[in-house]
Amino acid sequence: MTAANPATDPAPVLAFRKVGYGYGARAALSDVSFDVPPGRVTLLLGPNGAGKTTLFSLACRLLALQTGDISLLGASTARSGSEVLRPLGIVFQQTTLDLDLSVHQNLRYFAALHGLTRAEADQRMEAELERIGMAGRIGEQVRALNGGHRRRVEIARALLTEPRLLLLDEPTVGLDQPTRRTLVAYLHQLARERGIALLWATHLFDEAEPGDAVVVISNGQVRAAGSFEAVISANGGTNLEDAFARLTREPANEPAGAAP
Amino acid sequence: MTLPFALRALAGILWRELLRFLQQRERFFAALVRPLVWLLVFAAGFRAALGVSIIPPYQTYITYETYIVPGLIGMIQLFNGMQSSLSMVYDREMGSMRVLLTSPLPRWYLLFCKLAAGAFVSVLQCYAFLIIAVLFGIPLPWSGFAAALPALILSAFMLGAFGLLISSLIRQLENFAGVMNFVIFPTFFLSSALYPLWKMQEANLLLYRLCAANPFTHAVELIRFALYLRVNWLALVVVMGATAVFGAGAVLGYDPRRGLVRRQTG
Repeated sequence: MTAANPATDPAPVLAFRKVGYGYGARAALSDVSFDVPPGRVTLLLGPNGAGKTTLFSLACRLLALQTGDISLLGASTARSGSEVLRPLGIVFQQTTLDLDLSVHQNLRYFAALHGLTRAEADQRMEAELERIGMAGRIGEQVRALNGGHRRRVEIARALLTEPRLLLLDEPTVGLDQPTRRTLVAYLHQLARERGIALLWATHLFDEAEPGDAVVVISNGQVRAAGSFEAVISANGGTNLEDAFARLTREPANEPAGAAP
Repeated sequence: MTLPFALRALAGILWRELLRFLQQRERFFAALVRPLVWLLVFAAGFRAALGVSIIPPYQTYITYETYIVPGLIGMIQLFNGMQSSLSMVYDREMGSMRVLLTSPLPRWYLLFCKLAAGAFVSVLQCYAFLIIAVLFGIPLPWSGFAAALPALILSAFMLGAFGLLISSLIRQLENFAGVMNFVIFPTFFLSSALYPLWKMQEANLLLYRLCAANPFTHAVELIRFALYLRVNWLALVVVMGATAVFGAGAVLGYDPRRGLVRRQTG
C-alpha cells in the first residue's frame, strides 16, 4: 500500500515494507507497508494507541525491527550503519530539549552530534531560528520558554542538518490554536519550498491540506493510503474526518486495544 | 564515521557535560564536602584507634588520614559514576537521550563519549579534593599528582562504565534511590578505601575475600600506588578488565534489540 502513486512519483524517501512489531505477545504493528514521497507532507493519521510512535521509533532505530524492512533513501535502516540516519530530522512527541541549557547551547550540542563545525552550526541556527520567529530568544534558557516556543526550537533544531526527511510525532499536541495554525502552515511551507519530505503523525484531521498524502493507521494496521482526496472519495466521506471514522471504526466482534 | 566528525561529537558531549556540571554548583560542593567530612572528622576520630603498619606503597608509618585519601578519591569517582548514571536515567525519562541515540554515530561510540565526559568531570573533582587535602596538611608528593592522572582516568572510566551499566538496567528514576543504597555502600565499604585489607583478613576471612574481589578495591589501590609513583600491576589488570566488562555490558544494555526505549502509545 502506498501513499504516493509509484507510477508517477519519484522514488520514495522512506519506505515501510511489511513491518511488524510486538511488545512481548502483544502486536503493535502488523504488515505495515507504505511510502513517503519526496517534497510532500505525508500525514500518518491514527487514534491514540494506533502504533504511530512505535513506527517512528522503528524508523529512527530507537527500536529494532522484528519483521519487514524500512528503507531510507534506498538504504535499509536495519542493515546499514548509523550513518543511515544522516538524512533524517526528528521532532519527538515529548520535548527532548535540555531545559537547563539555553536555546543556543541546545542547538550547538545537537550540531556537534551531527558533525557540524561551530561556524556552520551558528550560521544555520541563526537562519532556522529567524525563519521560525525565534531568533530573539537564542540566549534564553529553554526552561523559560512556553510549549509553543519549545516546539519551534525543536523544529529549528531538526532542520539544522538540512534533512531530506522530517519525522514529526504529533508536533502540535498541547499547543493553543493560533500556535498550532502557525506551525501547521510553516511545516507545509517546508515541504513546498524546500522540498523536504515530512512524515507527520497526528490524530488531528485539520492538519491535513489538499495535496498531502494520507496514511490511516489503526490497531497497528494500515487502513488506507493515498492522496488526501483519494482517501476521502474511496471511503465514501465528504471530508477526512468522515473517512477516518469509517476506516477506524472497531468491528463489534474485534477485541479493542490489540495495539499499544 | 570520519575522525573530524567523531572528535566534534566527543567535544560536544564533553562540553554539554561540563556545562551541566558548572550549572549544578551544589553537585560540585557535595562532591567535595562528602570526602572532606570523612577526612577531617571521621579520620581524625579514628586516627588514635587505628594504626596503619608499613604496607606498600608506603615506606614509613603514615597517619590514618593519609591512608584514606586514595579511598576518598575513589569515593568521589564512585559517586560521580553513579551521578552520571542518574543523569542518563533522567535524560531517558526527559526524552533528551533520544537526541543522542538518533544521531548518526555508532552507539558504542556515543557511550564512550558519555564515559569520557563523565571521567573528565570526575578527574576535575579529584584534583580539587587533592589540593584541599594537601592544604589541610596531608603529606602527598606533588609529583604524585601528575603520576596519578592515568590511574584517575582509568578508574573514572571503570566506575563510569559501572554506572552506565546500572542505568541501562533501571527503568524508572524512582528506582534509583534503592540502587544507590544497594550499590554504593557495599561497593565502598567492601573495599580497601577505609581500612587495609590485612586488617579485614584478621577480622573476617569471607569479608576479606569479598573486598579482594571488589574491582573498587583495585581502583583505590591503583590510585594509592600511583600517588606514590608506583604501579600496582594486579590492580591495573583488574581495573582494565572490569572496565571492559562493564563497558561491554552497557553497550548490550543500550542495544535497541533489548528495547531500551520504553513502550509508548501512539
